[in-house]
Amino acid sequence: MIETNDLSKQFHDFWAVEGVTINVQPGQILAFLGQNGAGKTTTVRMLTALLEPTRGWARVAGYDVSTHGNEVRASVGVLTEQHGLYVRMNALEYLDFFGQVYSLSPQARKARSEYLLDYFGLSYAAKRRIGEYSKGMRQKLALARALIHEPPVLLLDEPTSAMDPESARLVRDEIARLKSSQRSIVICTHNLAEAEALADTVAIIYRGRILMQGSLDELKDNILGSAEYEAQLAEAWTPNGLTLPEGVTMRQLDGTRLRFQVKQPREVNPQLVHALSAGHAPVVAFQEVPRTLEQAYLKAMAEAQGGTYVV
Amino acid sequence: MLSNLKPVWIVAQRELRDQLRDWRVLFPLAVLTTAFPFLMMVMARGVIDFINQYGADLVIDALVPFSVLLIGFFPNTISLVVALETFVGEKERGTIEPLLSSPMKDWQIYLGKLVVGVLTPLIASFLAIAVYLVLVSRLDLTMPSAGLVAQLIILTTGHAILMVSGAIVISVQSTSVKAANLLASFIIIPVAFLVQGESVLLFWGNGRILWVALVGVMVLASLFVRMGIAHFQREYLLGREIDTLNIRWMWVTFWRSFLDGAHSIGEWYRIAVATTLRRLALPTLIMVLVFLAGGWLGYDQVTLNAPNALKDVSSLAELRENVASIPSANGLGEVQISAPFIFMNNIRATALMFLFGMLTFGVLGILVYLLNAGLIGGVLSLFAYFGVSPWVLFSTGILPHGLFELPALMLSGAAVLHMAVALVTPQTGRSMGEVFIDQVADWAKVFLGVIIPLLLVASLIETYVTPVILKGVLHW
Repeated sequence: MIETNDLSKQFHDFWAVEGVTINVQPGQILAFLGQNGAGKTTTVRMLTALLEPTRGWARVAGYDVSTHGNEVRASVGVLTEQHGLYVRMNALEYLDFFGQVYSLSPQARKARSEYLLDYFGLSYAAKRRIGEYSKGMRQKLALARALIHEPPVLLLDEPTSAMDPESARLVRDEIARLKSSQRSIVICTHNLAEAEALADTVAIIYRGRILMQGSLDELKDNILGSAEYEAQLAEAWTPNGLTLPEGVTMRQLDGTRLRFQVKQPREVNPQLVHALSAGHAPVVAFQEVPRTLEQAYLKAMAEAQGGTYVV
Repeated sequence: MLSNLKPVWIVAQRELRDQLRDWRVLFPLAVLTTAFPFLMMVMARGVIDFINQYGADLVIDALVPFSVLLIGFFPNTISLVVALETFVGEKERGTIEPLLSSPMKDWQIYLGKLVVGVLTPLIASFLAIAVYLVLVSRLDLTMPSAGLVAQLIILTTGHAILMVSGAIVISVQSTSVKAANLLASFIIIPVAFLVQGESVLLFWGNGRILWVALVGVMVLASLFVRMGIAHFQREYLLGREIDTLNIRWMWVTFWRSFLDGAHSIGEWYRIAVATTLRRLALPTLIMVLVFLAGGWLGYDQVTLNAPNALKDVSSLAELRENVASIPSANGLGEVQISAPFIFMNNIRATALMFLFGMLTFGVLGILVYLLNAGLIGGVLSLFAYFGVSPWVLFSTGILPHGLFELPALMLSGAAVLHMAVALVTPQTGRSMGEVFIDQVADWAKVFLGVIIPLLLVASLIETYVTPVILKGVLHW
């Protein structure tokens, strides 16, 4: 598990990360979203005990990053921003080397290397120099390296960047599988769809500080407001005299589409549908308006920078 | 212990494998190992034939060892490239981060890389030396003695360690190979000078001094290794250090350290200077001992050599006349020995101590200091040879101004020593730049707050008081 409190890092007179407090339980995925230079990598480096926090604390897999750096690093699998592969080695040599670094037995190294290469579809190129690998192959190999010692905690920086859709899907499936095996996972990503698909909680980080944090629904509610529902009408209809349940606001997009913002849809939506029916509205469909993480993220960012974002 | 060294071996193995697959390393090494000894052989043969016409046997005898030194040095220069590539190259390509994210300790990664960085070029150097010596033995040239060959091999090893460990220190401070290559001249140029100095010693033919130089090289190499271990820390390697010179940050750091929170001169003396002086207590004590040792060494050497060197001089007055008749000494006589002259001279000496010390882990700075102590010992011995009690001379000719000048000198030496120790000591959470600036600030505090006032008083006493006492006692 990963737990931090007021985690902060200062370089000279610049605070790269300030006051980050997160909690990732086993079997959970936290996605860190933010611009380049927002402090994601610095946070991950503190969680890997590569950088000493200037203030606050962090515990990873039960170890304090400041006092038990080696234990933390032994418990963490890291996919770094750059692949960090030795191009003159082949994949088998590379994984074997990191297996040695993590003190695996020769048998375990061989078994893990073969399994991971097979899983990521790299077996056919296992003895080829890494320098000859494509970007996607390198990314997969880097991920295999992070998993070589079966760590309970994974810190993944852009896990599917540069991958073809098929490989990205493979990696996402693997991350989901790792989550189900009770690992605590942190993903730093710019791919919001990926974060939405994988993450249990999302933290938006801006200029070193967490702007917002919570489950996907909480984040959307907080940033975009209450959920919206759209009524699709068969023909143009004017909602004159329509009595809306309390707390519901309505706007008409065009003659055949009405939108309702509802705070408690479970209780209110039946009343709303009833009201529409009573008002003889020619409703052919009533559905929730999809709200993406991307909308929430862009709105949060725009507001943080003093601008506005129209969803 | 062995289990601690296993990760070192793991890193070293990988590094070695990587180097043996890199033609950019292999090709120059192969050329320098195989072709260079033949080239040197041809050159030595030509030079010897030329010198033989003039019967300069001393030069001929030294030519083979000199060639060995050069043949060993050239493959070693590759070590610099290898080390820069191994450290900053990895940093630039991002391959160092997965390694640093592993449970290996900093020193294990450092040593693994250092061992291979030193060993590969060194093996090439030894091979080249062996090829050359085989050629020498076949061509009827004088083989250097086993002792001299041992000295040359140790020197070559020292150069390799010096260059690799220096390159690592540079690599830790750089974020790109380009920047590190620019900084590498700070290693290659001093080492080239060192080789030149060693060559002079070889041609001089003084084996004893060469041993001393050799010990010096090994000490310097160990200090560099120590410094590398001290600063090869994950925090520095991945911290937001950039290659651009942040003058503002440097100035702010220096000024903060220099003021140490003081708001007035009185407070500055009470807080900043006093704290620094307390920090310098142990180095100052060491400097006192070094001074005594230097003084004794100077005294002893002059006592040993004076009877032979001064056998034709019967009195102090005659010695004065002899000295005055030396053309180069005449110029000295024209200089007006005034208080400003003495003051500026001493300021220059202490500033040089600092500058030399800053660039050489204090070694050259302390040598300058030792030289001063040796000179005082030598002068006392010289006068003692002509019957003047060294105690009387010391208490009348040196002590009056020495009471101020010597502590200033000792404090200056102590600040330099403290800087050297701080640089080679691990300082968690602080970059090498911060440590260095702090040390400069410490020196500046002592220099401005204590040394300058002391030297000012000393120069006045030396000009107006010491000569009067000296004349009274020695009846000059």
